[in-house]
Amino acid sequence: MSAGVGVDLENLWIRFGDFVAVRDANVNINGGDFFSFLGPSGCGKTTILRAVSGFLDPSEGKVLIGGNDMRGIGPNKRPTALIFQNLALFPLMKVWENITFSMEIKGASASQRRKRADELLDMIALPGQGDKLPSELSGGQRQRVAIARALCAEPDVLLLDEPLSALDLKLRQHMRTELREIQQRVGITFIYITHDQGEALTMSDNIAVMRAGVIDQIADGKTIYNDPNTAFAASFVGENNVFRGKIKQVMGNEAMIATNRSGDLVARISTANQGKLKEGDDAMMFVRPEAFTIAPDGTAGDHFVTARVTHEEFEGNVFNIFTECEGGKEIKVSLPNLGQSFEDHTGQNITLEYETRNAVLVPAGELAAE
Amino acid sequence: MNNSFLRISIWVYLVIFFLYLLGPLVIMSVTAFNSSAFPRMTPWECLTFQWFGELFQDQRILNGIKNSLIIGAGTVVLSVAMGLAGALMLTQIWPKLRATYYTIIIAPILIPGVVLGISTLVFWDRINRMLGLGADSVLSNGIFLTVIGQSTFIASYCMLVLVARLQRYDVALTEAALDLGATHAQAFRKILLPFMRPAIASAAVLAFLASFENYNTTTFTFGEYPTLTIELAQKVRYGITPSISALAFIIVALTVFFALLNEAKLKRQELVAAARKQATVEELAGKIKLPSFFAGNMAAVLLVVFAVATITVVGTATAYNPGQCIANVKEQKRLEAEQRIQELRKQREEQRKKREAEEAEQGGDQQSAPKPSNNSGFGNVFAPNTLGGDTEEESSGPETPPSNNGGFGGAFDPNSLQTDQ
Repeated sequence: MSAGVGVDLENLWIRFGDFVAVRDANVNINGGDFFSFLGPSGCGKTTILRAVSGFLDPSEGKVLIGGNDMRGIGPNKRPTALIFQNLALFPLMKVWENITFSMEIKGASASQRRKRADELLDMIALPGQGDKLPSELSGGQRQRVAIARALCAEPDVLLLDEPLSALDLKLRQHMRTELREIQQRVGITFIYITHDQGEALTMSDNIAVMRAGVIDQIADGKTIYNDPNTAFAASFVGENNVFRGKIKQVMGNEAMIATNRSGDLVARISTANQGKLKEGDDAMMFVRPEAFTIAPDGTAGDHFVTARVTHEEFEGNVFNIFTECEGGKEIKVSLPNLGQSFEDHTGQNITLEYETRNAVLVPAGELAAE
Repeated sequence: MNNSFLRISIWVYLVIFFLYLLGPLVIMSVTAFNSSAFPRMTPWECLTFQWFGELFQDQRILNGIKNSLIIGAGTVVLSVAMGLAGALMLTQIWPKLRATYYTIIIAPILIPGVVLGISTLVFWDRINRMLGLGADSVLSNGIFLTVIGQSTFIASYCMLVLVARLQRYDVALTEAALDLGATHAQAFRKILLPFMRPAIASAAVLAFLASFENYNTTTFTFGEYPTLTIELAQKVRYGITPSISALAFIIVALTVFFALLNEAKLKRQELVAAARKQATVEELAGKIKLPSFFAGNMAAVLLVVFAVATITVVGTATAYNPGQCIANVKEQKRLEAEQRIQELRKQREEQRKKREAEEAEQGGDQQSAPKPSNNSGFGNVFAPNTLGGDTEEESSGPETPPSNNGGFGGAFDPNSLQTDQ
């Protein structure tokens, strides 16, 4: 795979009047990477994409593509191609004309265009559909036509703005694999915008988690999931149980927090916050539902929580137990379905155990909205 | 019971409504084929095509049509261009200014055409003088002034039509084109213009029709280039002939033709689209090339019927000679007139006899003796006069024998009366 062209954002600020859409973003995207911006709607991720594609000028800072400052260079002169959220296929053009629009602009002949269109249609597994209108295709087919149209322009960087959000679940999962395959085949940089952490985690080499114009964390999917920097990153990516408390004692990379409801608990301080969290700080401890196990009754300690089961549900691959701590806070526990028999605990008190390395401690902060 | 009453009322209402709407047009069209010199449907005289012939020999009407077409074309170009620019501006302008801008742009529609006409004339006259140009410059040319004057408000109509379409336009399409390397001009030409094409076509038709029928504004600006409406208005002042009905009929027929053509085209596109949706890829090549043109396309059928009817009518018109019929009608009218003269004469005769009898009864009055003979002489002579309304001198011969009455027939013919006027 060729190295590809990288994209760098340096101290990027974007303001709309008084509103700050992007606040001091610094991102290095390596050439040939599949890079995702993950965040809830309105967090500024689309704004970043528009700044990269050239529809928006940064208020401050720089957008570099392949090391070149892109200020003052219009979207039609940048080596990027954008796949719009609503795809923006030209409704009056046939599929093959849509795909080869970038060639028409350069003055290619109709026969050249048809030839290229046929190649690309084969690549996206829609052979012989070139003479249809976009309105005659299904959602997934249109999706692929939009990708082919963008690839036909032979961009160095492909930008995708939530392109799968309009598809149904099955198709979305299928297109994830397909997008990843296409990216690996063509070997160019993909920048992908999504609010779906599943998409980001499955496809990306690296992910930037965004909240209200700020990038909280940039890392690969595993790190984001297992070692979040902030309370927001921890609560937005995947499901998580939160325990609030004050830090009582720091012990190397671990710390003990005093919670109101569950007593003292021990957790690992997340990598980025090691050395920063001090005794007396407000902190949040996150434990994933699947990190809990049910301990024998009567055991207690700094990695045990006692809770009353409110209800249970069987999801197929996991068995979910919803519990309530003394204070009324809900904890979700997911036990993998390995063929064992599940007792019905509803109404009973159970003791939950976690391993310290699976509990992450971050400074107290804003949580993602449910 | 109640339901059927409602249904009947709706039908009655519809019939009345369409009579009100189309009745005048139908009657006007029919009068174009009546040989009567005044445009009327009853009494029906003869089927004739002479009014069409007269229409096409009337230089003023022809010249008016020519001017109207030139001005219409100019107005279409100017109005659609200005309307499109205004519509683009309106959709892209800062939202706070939008309402104000909209009001300003729409204002010309609300201003009376007369005011627009006068102001156009005055404004361009000032400009013309400021530039030191003479009365024969382009700026004071009737065609230029009329196009400019009409466009001031027709452009607003066009803008309304175009804005409606433009609001459905997804700006992302332009952005996608730019993103794929197109310049702004290319994006406009290849993406936005094709999208706007149907609206531009409707705006152009609207602009042309508005220009063609405009009178208020044009009446101040036409200068030496009177349009058709101006010519018609001037003609009506001196009385109208059925050749104007003939013109109206041609316009109605053209309108119906183009409406049907448009409908048939739309319907055909619909059918093709439906066929494409059902067809698989392999079928596309063979099946779509020959879509059965008439299947389920009522408008197309009507169109063909219309075309056949036109050919028939034109064919008949060239072959048909109403001369005999017109002669018959003339003869019939003459006979009718004669009959009425006879009747009148009879009445007079009876009155005279009555009076004579009365006088005879009164007896030996000497002075009244010659009177009866005089009365009888004048009675015959004045009868045709009262009928025809001619002056006394024309039929002064007091002793004209009754058999000569036939000679006056021409004078009583309604046709000759009309031409006298």
